[in-house]
Amino acid sequence: MPSHKLLELETHSWPGSYGDSAEPRMGFFTDTSICIGCKACEVACKEWNHVPDSLQGFSGKSYDNTTALGANDWRHVAFIEQRKPLGAEAAAEDLVQAAERASATDGWGLQTYQDGEGVRWLMASDVCKHCTSAACLDVCPTGALFRTEFGTVVVQEDICNGCGYCVPACPFGVIDKREDDGRVWKCTLCYDRLREDMEPACAQACPTNSIQFGELGELRERAEKRLEQMAAAGQTEARLYGADSEDGVDGFGAFFLLLDEPEVYGLPPDPVVTTRNVGQVWAGVFAGAAALGAGIAAAFIGGRK
Amino acid sequence: MRGERIRERSMVPRAEPQSYYGQPVLKEPVWTPEIPFYFYTGGLGGSSAMLALVAELRGNSKLARRAWLVALGGVTASPALLISDLGKPSRFLNMLRMFKVTSPMSVGSWILSGSGAFTAIAVGSEFTGLYPALGRAAKVNAALLGLPLATYTAGLVSNTSVPVWHNARFTLPIVFAGSSAASSGAAAAALTPLRHAGPARRLAVGGAVTSVAAALTMEKTLGEIGEPYSRGVSGKLTRLAGGLSLAGAALMAARGGSSRGAAIAAGAVITAGVITERWAVFRAGFQSANDPKYTVGPQRARIERGETRGAARRAQAGA
Ligand code: SF4
Ligand code: SF4
Ligand code: SF4
Repeated sequence: MPSHKLLELETHSWPGSYGDSAEPRMGFFTDTSICIGCKACEVACKEWNHVPDSLQGFSGKSYDNTTALGANDWRHVAFIEQRKPLGAEAAAEDLVQAAERASATDGWGLQTYQDGEGVRWLMASDVCKHCTSAACLDVCPTGALFRTEFGTVVVQEDICNGCGYCVPACPFGVIDKREDDGRVWKCTLCYDRLREDMEPACAQACPTNSIQFGELGELRERAEKRLEQMAAAGQTEARLYGADSEDGVDGFGAFFLLLDEPEVYGLPPDPVVTTRNVGQVWAGVFAGAAALGAGIAAAFIGGRK
Repeated sequence: MRGERIRERSMVPRAEPQSYYGQPVLKEPVWTPEIPFYFYTGGLGGSSAMLALVAELRGNSKLARRAWLVALGGVTASPALLISDLGKPSRFLNMLRMFKVTSPMSVGSWILSGSGAFTAIAVGSEFTGLYPALGRAAKVNAALLGLPLATYTAGLVSNTSVPVWHNARFTLPIVFAGSSAASSGAAAAALTPLRHAGPARRLAVGGAVTSVAAALTMEKTLGEIGEPYSRGVSGKLTRLAGGLSLAGAALMAARGGSSRGAAIAAGAVITAGVITERWAVFRAGFQSANDPKYTVGPQRARIERGETRGAARRAQAGA
């Protein structure tokens, strides 16, 4: 059963609605500082989940030819080339620090994302965030999107009617409609594998352990340590994204360690679940309805009939 | 300190928010062109039902009967348009599996179903004379459900992450209330003999003017997020909608009471204006979702103003 930090990880219907059959909340910690951009995660996901191919050809965006998450791309590896001197050495104030940082990079593999000649390469494998407060799930009128016993967010394809509401509701642009079948698709956090006690395909395939799968509470602790280690090594640009329960979606089930602002990776810096304001939305609707009623009544005043 | 230098640098306001190769953060809506027409038919049907009920209570049965028929037309066309968007009829039934207040689409499907049923009963009873008591109850229900039927679609699009819609959650329902009033007034004014059509004409004129004024207010209060309403396709549609609505309203006000032909022409121009307005709102959502600056800009600004930390957090200083 979910242990310590349970309260913090709680969602609207997990673990509550599962009672004794609730499993620990599972998630991903994607540490982009050790991603090598091999795309094994993308391939493994497609293979296991029978996701149709989505050849985009040459995109002109570094080594990225998937370009974005979508109905047929549940993992997307972003490639960012930055022309700025940000290697450990360039940042060092003096030679002693430089030496320290160089040994830190050796020790923890900080070097994987960088290249020489003043170019910094960032690579990051993006995925559905399995939000604690998930807009896609909140707005789904059919109940096709649901919270599993692992606290993840999954679409039931036999119930989805292709209404498309979830698509612009997601603050991350994750979920999308598949053109030929008219329904929506996204990462399931390998729901079928989880039920067989297997780890998700992408995490298993990742050669560098950039994608780490596990109980969300443990992943958060691990990420915290990693962040501190990196800061100690001078990597002050490292940041955790989605690792806290206080953000606009009450924390991600799949969170990240990034090396630049989220928007550089195409991620929103302050995502907020749209239904946080649903009370205001209804207030607006009923104010509009009342105004309409008043307008109709007013049209009968002053005239002959 | 290196960390401080970086923080300082990021305080310099950027002309354009950062992005990943200029790609959108959000997915654009996948709704088909049926949807803005549905916004129109839903508004037309809902508002016409209330117009019909009030006309009837005021003893204007000529206007009431025509407005009931328009209401029936509106609530019949609406599910047809939705089903055409979804692809097959059975998919509409899935909407009625549950009732979720966090989903205006769910609540709206129930409102539309209720409106449709009550309006059909109301019209059946009115024109056959059968079951008058049931008919009266149905009329009241149809009229009361008609009001939110006309405005919930504004809430539906507001309840997304699309900035130009979400940030208009208080103003867009007024725009939709205005255009719904204008639609029902225009249709009834065109169909009803001049002598009985006074309230319909006033509703058409008042609704059209309200819709244009509310749209301007919305654009203003949205600030930079409202830019799509003055740019590209949505910008063109917005200007066209304003022109048509106001021209139609002017004609209706000046000549609609003395010439049936003028009332019909004015009704048609107003109708074209409010349909164009629905399209302007619809397209603005696509433009808003497709440009990352509308998503990232306001979020980054919130963080820089210190209102929120955002979703990213660095290590504690000195750790
Ligand atoms: S990231 Fe989007 S699709 Fe994934 S759970 Fe959150 S709202 Fe839903
Ligand atoms: S498209 Fe499917 S999953 Fe998305 S909101 Fe509609 S019914 Fe739910
Ligand atoms: S996350 Fe792992 S599998 Fe995916 S591209 Fe990076 S290193 Fe390769």
